Amino acid sequence: MADPSSPTPASGPGYTADGLIATDIHAYLDRHQHKSLLRFITCGSVDDGKSTLIGRLLYDSKMIFEDQLDALEADSKRVGTQGQAIDFALLVDGLAAEREQGITIDVAYRFFATEKRKFIVADTPGHEQYTRNMVTGASTADLAILLIDARKGILTQTRRHSYLAHLIGIRNIVLAVNKMDLAGYDQARFDEIVADYRAFAASIGIVDFTALPLSALDGENVTTRSARMPWYEGPSLIEHLETVELDADAAQAQPLRMPVQWVNRPHLDFRGFSGLIASGAVAPGDSVRIVPSGRISTVSRIVTLDGDLDRAVAGQSVTLCLADEVDCSRGDVIAAADAPPQAADQFEATIVWMDDEPLVPGRAYWLKLGAQTVSATIQPPKYSVNVNTMEQLAAKTLALNEIGVVALATDRPLVFERYEDIRALGGFILIDRATNATVAAGMLHFALRRSLNIHRQPLEVSRERHAQLKNQKPAVLWFTGLSGAGKSTIANAVEKKLAQMNRHTFLLDGDNVRHGLNKDLGFTEADRIENIRRVGEVARLMVDAGLIVITAFISPFRAEREMVRGLIPDGEFFEIFIDTPLAEAEARDVKGLYKKARAGELKNFTGIDSPYEAPEQPEIRIDTSAMTVDEAAALIISRIIG
Amino acid sequence: MTSLTHLQRLEAESIHIMREVVAETERPVMLYSVGKDSAVMLHLARKAFYPSPPPFPLLHVDTTWKFKAMYEMRDRMARESGMELLVYRNEEAERRGINPFDHGPLHTDLWKTEGLKQALDHYGFDAAFGGARRDEEKSRAKERIFSFRTASHAWAPKNQRPELWNLYNARKAKGESIRIFPISNWTELDIWQYIALNDVPVVPLYFSAPRPTYEMDGQIFMADDIERLERVLGRRPEIVERSIRFRTLGCFPLTGAVESEAQTLTEIIQEMLLTTTSERQGRVIDKDGGDASMEKKKQEGYF
Repeated sequence: MADPSSPTPASGPGYTADGLIATDIHAYLDRHQHKSLLRFITCGSVDDGKSTLIGRLLYDSKMIFEDQLDALEADSKRVGTQGQAIDFALLVDGLAAEREQGITIDVAYRFFATEKRKFIVADTPGHEQYTRNMVTGASTADLAILLIDARKGILTQTRRHSYLAHLIGIRNIVLAVNKMDLAGYDQARFDEIVADYRAFAASIGIVDFTALPLSALDGENVTTRSARMPWYEGPSLIEHLETVELDADAAQAQPLRMPVQWVNRPHLDFRGFSGLIASGAVAPGDSVRIVPSGRISTVSRIVTLDGDLDRAVAGQSVTLCLADEVDCSRGDVIAAADAPPQAADQFEATIVWMDDEPLVPGRAYWLKLGAQTVSATIQPPKYSVNVNTMEQLAAKTLALNEIGVVALATDRPLVFERYEDIRALGGFILIDRATNATVAAGMLHFALRRSLNIHRQPLEVSRERHAQLKNQKPAVLWFTGLSGAGKSTIANAVEKKLAQMNRHTFLLDGDNVRHGLNKDLGFTEADRIENIRRVGEVARLMVDAGLIVITAFISPFRAEREMVRGLIPDGEFFEIFIDTPLAEAEARDVKGLYKKARAGELKNFTGIDSPYEAPEQPEIRIDTSAMTVDEAAALIISRIIG
Repeated sequence: MTSLTHLQRLEAESIHIMREVVAETERPVMLYSVGKDSAVMLHLARKAFYPSPPPFPLLHVDTTWKFKAMYEMRDRMARESGMELLVYRNEEAERRGINPFDHGPLHTDLWKTEGLKQALDHYGFDAAFGGARRDEEKSRAKERIFSFRTASHAWAPKNQRPELWNLYNARKAKGESIRIFPISNWTELDIWQYIALNDVPVVPLYFSAPRPTYEMDGQIFMADDIERLERVLGRRPEIVERSIRFRTLGCFPLTGAVESEAQTLTEIIQEMLLTTTSERQGRVIDKDGGDASMEKKKQEGYF
């Protein structure tokens, strides 16, 4: 450690406990075990001294061991960018691939502690994947440090970081004006930057922030207040981090919400509901309401391995027992009886797209919020937001790292809160049903009025009664396959046989539906999805009426077939894959369509210039090269009638 | 208002993760390596599901070269927790007599990396809890809590899912599996402090005692099974009794001891806080393959 620019040993107020370790370890541990936890995110680029700052925080809190430091010094000389000095960027770098390619892949988490608090730092690198990574890192943060270079002032990236931090709901923003050593520790420069920032921050809705003049390299105002900037009277960065209010503490002031993760039922005499308390507090004797059912009960016990608790608060994982035998399962929310959350199925939300494949409006995605997973479709965005200028732009879709405001509809009611009120019940992720990738993060703003006011009309004659009258088990036989595979032919044969068996059926044929119900739709991806959605809804009404519904649509996308499956009660949906190789379907070319598609006269033709996603686990697969139409129809009927 | 301590927050997070996995996967298992991190992870599992026993088995991927005291602790903890204990040994490694002296890196490859893959395939587990922490090693700072592996158990560092809030996406294709690290956000100090506060049982080897030792490549090792050592080495190493303990536990010929007088948890924590070398330094495994060796092992399927 001979280099003059190496960090100086810490002596700040945050780290005075060091002496205690040797002299009175019990006192030290007692103090450590009463520390609270603050999670924060650092935003800025390596050029702003971000890695230097994180490195210094780790170093000052003795989180860098000698062997790591030796390696760091050697690495600094070999590949560092600071000449002979320590390059802290290397300390906070991780994966070999990124080191070699000079790219950073995502969020890294670092840990350090002072006398008062333990800290988890989310470090997100600045590059083109920035939006996705920063939103990820910020989603768990109580505070954001926006690092800026005192020489450069407020830049586009500062605005972007501020917008994203505010979007994700971070209440504590720290404007860290770094490299004050290179700006002569000049108060006027600092004041100018703060004034600039204040004007900008107000324009995007940030009402409060804390500004600090820093030199991360020299350690000025990091742990101790700087002697070089006597004009600054506020706390050092560490002092500030040690005292800001924690989100978990703020959440305790709100009414009780506990999403039920798991029902604990070891034997008949015990039934507990396990979950992480999202907001409020709970004690035995409290009156609670199960949402969405609305049932009311009383908390009888808060059970833990270490004995029952008298009280539990937001941030704790507990198991609650209720005084009554009420229905409650995973996804339900146990809430304060007098202030329960609402349930709705249509919302306005902001979503951040995180996948290489852009958003497909109308397609069904899985939406996970708390312990609830539902199927959701997203409308085309109302607008997207340019994260550099905050401009609202017209948009038809959202691509990777794009942010937009959308309306979305779920297939069943979702218990929710506005994201700005309770993050745990307003934040959600979207999951692609085919690839299982997490494709977006979202924040619910409010339920759309139409969803709150349109209630389902309870019907006097139930679907069971309809089926009983027809003396049959209703079903949807969903034929899928390439154009010319034989769907309509086999579907017709099946319907004919069923009619002979006195079964009540109805056949929805792709071509016929497009002459009426769906004549406004074309063949773009979005239109094809809407086509299937409508047919799915019609099929749902018909099975409710007790019919055996037979549909013959190419329905090329797995996601849409799964969406329809989700609409139909379990056990009533049969996906029937008419498996004919493309070459054979094309050779038959009953309608001459393949010929047209090959000639370029027909766009988006399945199998030619639009994909067909074959079913992975269809209920029935018909190999048309191995059986006749009659055999196929007989096989299908034997499988559904049984 | 009750401010939760950082240990309470960490505990709540880990329990939440375990419950999500049980709710959303078909056949979870807990990888149990008998060390202090496994001890804490097991304790958290017992808390998460109490009064039910944790609804998954413990899996020990054995190398036959662990310390005797570890095998004793393993069997005791399985009994006390009421969980099923599965022990898996790679048959090929057993047949070929793979050992850390003659086979170098192959020892870890076959017994642990291959052994783990085989065990997961053999029992058909689709989700496995592991006790890795982000503060252990640089490449782990960026590891997700849910880490997805292909059907061939490969880890693709560029193709992991973003993790937002506490929403974990556990959906996966047939054949794929998930490794879940519920104590990702714990530090070594957190682990020890939690052990002290909750009386979590740990292997006595973490506490200093006079033990038979030998030196190799400048490190001190414990002669846990002198006869076996002699058989494999072809000679009897010089055995010296020293007052030693271990900061991490693995295969006894691969786990360097530290000379220490720390006999209580408090003394261990004190010693840890005053030491200036990182925890994994005692393990030979991080060093082969240079700079990015742990990451390389992860891509190959090592935990």
